[in-house]
Amino acid sequence: MVKVIFRDKEWEVRAGMTVRDAILKVGLDPQAVLPVRDGKLINEATILRQGDVIRLVAVISGG
Amino acid sequence: MKCRKCGGVAVINMRHHRLALCADHFVEWFISYTQRAIERYRMFGSDDQLLVAVSGGKDSLALWDVLSRLGYRVDGMYVGLGIDGDDGYSAASQAKAEAFAEARGLTLHVVDVKQTYGESIPELAQMTRRGRKPCALCGLVKRHIMNRVAYEGGYDAIATGHNLDDEAAVLMQNTLRWQTGYLARQAPVLPSTHPRLARKVKPFVRLYERETAAYAIVRGIDYIYDECPHAVGSTTIFYKGLLNQLESRSLGAKLSFYLSFLQAKREGLFSEPGEALELNDCQRCGQPTTAPELCAFCRLWVRRIDKG
Repeated sequence: MVKVIFRDKEWEVRAGMTVRDAILKVGLDPQAVLPVRDGKLINEATILRQGDVIRLVAVISGG
Repeated sequence: MKCRKCGGVAVINMRHHRLALCADHFVEWFISYTQRAIERYRMFGSDDQLLVAVSGGKDSLALWDVLSRLGYRVDGMYVGLGIDGDDGYSAASQAKAEAFAEARGLTLHVVDVKQTYGESIPELAQMTRRGRKPCALCGLVKRHIMNRVAYEGGYDAIATGHNLDDEAAVLMQNTLRWQTGYLARQAPVLPSTHPRLARKVKPFVRLYERETAAYAIVRGIDYIYDECPHAVGSTTIFYKGLLNQLESRSLGAKLSFYLSFLQAKREGLFSEPGEALELNDCQRCGQPTTAPELCAFCRLWVRRIDKG
């Protein structure tokens, strides 16, 4: 499984899907977040591997 | 997904540009794109002394990083608003700004509102007739302080990290209400209209917020991820969400919306104001104001003293 983290929320998704699909699956907008793995930005077509931990960084600010 | 320039692994795909780039080529592209906006809108030159308004967030720190890498003479300015007390949001964002400046040997001016004027923004909001939500005061106070610091420091222009998503959201809000006064003043550059009002420029105005965030991440810029607690549920965030929905159905819609607006302005969408505004010097601080005696900023503090 792959762990996806956004702010204080965590989800588990299956390995083998793309980052973009994982973002959609957890109910977020791919335009509103950037995926980071091991501290590095990755593109949305990246295939998720077993054991990956993906941190989604919020893009939108409004303050 | 491969980098269009070198074939390496892409870190970002900018769909509206049909461009995927690796980390190095993305940084190169981002900086070049910013410089093109600076030149296109004649924002400033290499001889100008710039002041970047820094919040500790991704856009302002990314802007400061880009401008210093481009070789411009650029200092930063942080306004401590006192949000969430001594160890809360403002303290954390100030720490990010200071760490950024120190690591790069850059000059950061810090103005703490409570230390300088006697009350923090939330405290002032409680005391004045502008209501309890500090947002109404925040912009007024920050603009006043930015103008003052720029004037006293002899800066030629104030640069802010406003990106395309910010501008498109404001444009949408103002268009829905046909706020023609605000629409007439929305532009990548606001020229100086008074010696004490520095030119205001927005070098990131053609860059998507996703791109500025990506730049900050790729460059390893340590910025404050948390939003201002008062921004939760803000209308700006709501409109950005609407525009992203539009963008997902029509790539490039946000950029096209904003650029078409600028084009329409150039072609005379808004008539010139009938008379130039008459500006007086505030009797308390000397900043320009349309009011006969005190500027809006000083009226806040005078009202606070009266109520206190």
